[in-house]
Amino acid sequence: MTAILHTWGAILLIALSSVIGDVLMARAMRQVGDVGHLRRSIGIVGVIWRTLSNPTFVLAVCAMAVAFFSLLFGLSWGDVSLIGPAAASLTFIGNAFAAKIFLHERVDRRRWIATVLVGAGVALIRG
Amino acid sequence: MSFRRQLALLGVTVFAPAGEAMLSHGMKQQGGVSLAHLFSLITAFLNPWIVAGVILLIAFFALYTASLSWADLSYVLPATSLGYVMLALVAKFALHEQITPMRWLGIALISGGVGFIAGGPTKTVRHEVVRDPQTAPQSAAAGGGKS
Repeated sequence: MTAILHTWGAILLIALSSVIGDVLMARAMRQVGDVGHLRRSIGIVGVIWRTLSNPTFVLAVCAMAVAFFSLLFGLSWGDVSLIGPAAASLTFIGNAFAAKIFLHERVDRRRWIATVLVGAGVALIRG
Repeated sequence: MSFRRQLALLGVTVFAPAGEAMLSHGMKQQGGVSLAHLFSLITAFLNPWIVAGVILLIAFFALYTASLSWADLSYVLPATSLGYVMLALVAKFALHEQITPMRWLGIALISGGVGFIAGGPTKTVRHEVVRDPQTAPQSAAAGGGKS
């Protein structure tokens, strides 16, 4: 019972930190602006500097690092065939919800269907 | 969507699994790394597979962040998920591994999901009041730039 709780705790931690990282990264890049347009006006070095000096970008990288290391630790002692696919699948679904709630993206029926199909497919491939 | 942006999404799709595969191959050549022999992590960077893997993963990260500047997160993630399919197909045809029926079903579901999202809009069009004058031109361009 404890092992099951630990495994699902790890899965939730991995998925949660991945979703937080992705949402913060999307928000940071929205704050930075379209890099295609920016590159023409301030150059590639300016784009890189503007991105790296964005506090939300730094937070996003930290959250992604937490996700990466929690995945490493989870895989090192947990059930690999469950943690990998379950975390990846939950991350896909969680990102769609988070994008709608926190980024106010228009997640229409087409995107929901795509997200569910991809989430299920990733779980099957990695399982 | 412009050809350049399609190339960027293709790069996100290809570079992540290719980089991970190269890194994994290189680390297997390198052997186990323990806390007592951390120096071996530095020598790992002399392995061409590891160097190539790291370069590809850096390219993936740059293209991923760039994509998020002109497309929605809920578009980019499913649209670039074909990398999982690529890894499975490489395992089948290059490494001659067996693919179970469940994995073929997974490949079909991902391909269907990508097909579903491919024809849709890349970005949510919003009409917002921009308070930060520094980001005004870019935000306006991103908000109106549905491609």
